[in-house]
Amino acid sequence: MTVEMKLALTGEDVRSYSESNREPEWLAAKRSEAYQLAETLQLPKPDKTKIHNWNFTEFPVHAVHDEPLTGLAELPQEARALIDIENQKNIYVQRNNTPAYLKLSDELKEQGVILTDIFTAAREHSDLVQKYFMDDAVKVDEHKLTALHAAFMNGGVFVYVPKGVEVKEPVQVLFLHEGEEVSLFNHAIIVAEENSALTYVENYLSLSKDSKGLANIISEVIAKDGAKITYGAVDVLAEGFTSYINRRGVAGRDATIEWALGLMNDCDTIYENVTHLVGDGSVSHSKSVLVGRGTQKQNVTAKTVHWGKGAEGFILQHGVMKDEASTIFNGIGKIEHGASKSDAVQESRVLMLSEKARGDANPILLIDEDDVTAGHAASVGRVDPLQLYYLMSRGISRVEAERLIVHGFLAPVVSQLPIEGVKKQLSEVIERKVR
Amino acid sequence: MSTLEIKGLHVEIEGKEILKGVDLTINTNEIHAVMGPNGTGKSTLASAIMGHPKYVVTAGTVTLDGEDVLEMEVDERAKAGLFLAMQYPSEISGVTNADFLRSAINSQREEGEEISLMKFIRELDSKMETLEMDQEMAQRYLNEGFSGGEKKRNEILQLMMLKPKFAILDEIDSGLDIDALKVVSKGVNEMRGENFGCLIITHYQRLLNYITPDHVHVMMQGRVVKSGGPELAQKLEAQGYDWIKEELGIEDETVGQEA
Repeated sequence: MTVEMKLALTGEDVRSYSESNREPEWLAAKRSEAYQLAETLQLPKPDKTKIHNWNFTEFPVHAVHDEPLTGLAELPQEARALIDIENQKNIYVQRNNTPAYLKLSDELKEQGVILTDIFTAAREHSDLVQKYFMDDAVKVDEHKLTALHAAFMNGGVFVYVPKGVEVKEPVQVLFLHEGEEVSLFNHAIIVAEENSALTYVENYLSLSKDSKGLANIISEVIAKDGAKITYGAVDVLAEGFTSYINRRGVAGRDATIEWALGLMNDCDTIYENVTHLVGDGSVSHSKSVLVGRGTQKQNVTAKTVHWGKGAEGFILQHGVMKDEASTIFNGIGKIEHGASKSDAVQESRVLMLSEKARGDANPILLIDEDDVTAGHAASVGRVDPLQLYYLMSRGISRVEAERLIVHGFLAPVVSQLPIEGVKKQLSEVIERKVR
Repeated sequence: MSTLEIKGLHVEIEGKEILKGVDLTINTNEIHAVMGPNGTGKSTLASAIMGHPKYVVTAGTVTLDGEDVLEMEVDERAKAGLFLAMQYPSEISGVTNADFLRSAINSQREEGEEISLMKFIRELDSKMETLEMDQEMAQRYLNEGFSGGEKKRNEILQLMMLKPKFAILDEIDSGLDIDALKVVSKGVNEMRGENFGCLIITHYQRLLNYITPDHVHVMMQGRVVKSGGPELAQKLEAQGYDWIKEELGIEDETVGQEA
């Protein structure tokens, strides 16, 4: 007997949602097709985490309506703290499923930079969005969750930087969650054309303590030849969500994608961060830190796929596990045939703060080319008693010494975040979660 | 005046007895040197006083002005006024030297009495200048990627910032060239005074050319076997340890060998 997973919406619901958004026909058609696929495709199989019992299909409501903001000052304190309200020139804020605030400097507008919510982008820049929406980086038919995502997409952002334009100030994006019923199927497309540069920082922030919803989130990050994208993120989604968060990059010749990801959700989450190093000389650094607490189950896969010659992919994953939380870290370097002179390095380290927590660090190298360099390191352990002794020998209490060591362990991402408010928030979330 | 008193101290590591009854009394305003060849228990003495997790005290006492040091947690020992400049200080990634030092200083103060940032920076700058340390060292992660010499200077920097009653310097001279040795000695000499006592552990007499001790002790086989004034260090430099071994009838001075 096969158990049928009932989808929360019908094909007709999906159609009418597309219509209500006045989506171009290609998008509506792609979503209908995705809906069909979602019924038959299987769930992904993250290594060492069984997710067949996780609910990825049912949720209370597909989209809720919130009021847009008249100004950033209206935001609750917790969200406002992330933003330098006076000086932040480029920002998009989404409240649940509603685009709530948008600001882009005139200078960038004149240079052809686009920053807008995904639905407006689909209407106003249909050709551009069609070119990148689930076509190059992430495909609709990879598995049930990608298909569901395409069918149910109910928010997101589009960022486009034309050839040769360097966006000097970071673009900030806030996805706010409030209310138990809310689900987030956000899609972000970030494109940097040849020799352009962009720093993008996004926050997922729950203002409510609980959720019955789903978060099925995909970012597609495209760095064309010679482009550089720095992508920072801090996720703080509430307990109760079931989350699938996929951030994927494609780097052209001599392009660079830098990821700094603070994975601080309080819900069960499957994380994926894959970078395809397609062009010769392309580079990616993927740094992620995670704190697991309570009975949270998470799986974090970071992967670099080397196609171009001399492609360099570095992965750093640091996780802190407490209570009965469990997380699997997979750091994968895959070097394809022909990607000679590639360099792939993974470091996965887990710090255990409790007996009952579980953490696995699996660095994996898959190499189909001879002329490459590669290396990996992994460790799972408790706080080093000699480090504790050293700090305590200077008068620092055991609790404070542990705190310093944990913060230090998670610093690689904190120090990389380019927006002061977001950096501070990540430190505070870490503080709160490890206490 | 404060007094650090060690009486009949026996210490084991992983079931092996290293110290076999050490007696030593140090007052503030005194500098003591503990000398001796390798493997005689000198560093064990330092680690045991500070409370290193691997060292187990099986007998004897350590008191600071009558307070039982061995009953204290490691951080309480520091707060009571003890400091150990370690031979192999830990590296702590992601924690800057400056943040660490401020936490350490503030841990010795009451809540609300924390050192002001300006005062801290002023003091840090001036001590780093004395130790001829690059200012950027303050923002580097604690001991991470430090050279041997940088680590030693950093230990002395902590000593100068924390101003303990008693400092134990565990082979602070090893791996230092002569210029670095002079700088480190300058730092220690600045601390000298009525409120400071020091126990210097070293193989070599050369450090004692720059920091003149008031008392010199020789350790062999896990005990203090001879004590004297600075002239004892001179004699050891000139004649080595063999004359002491002969005098005491010791054939192998390392721990585990009985006379």
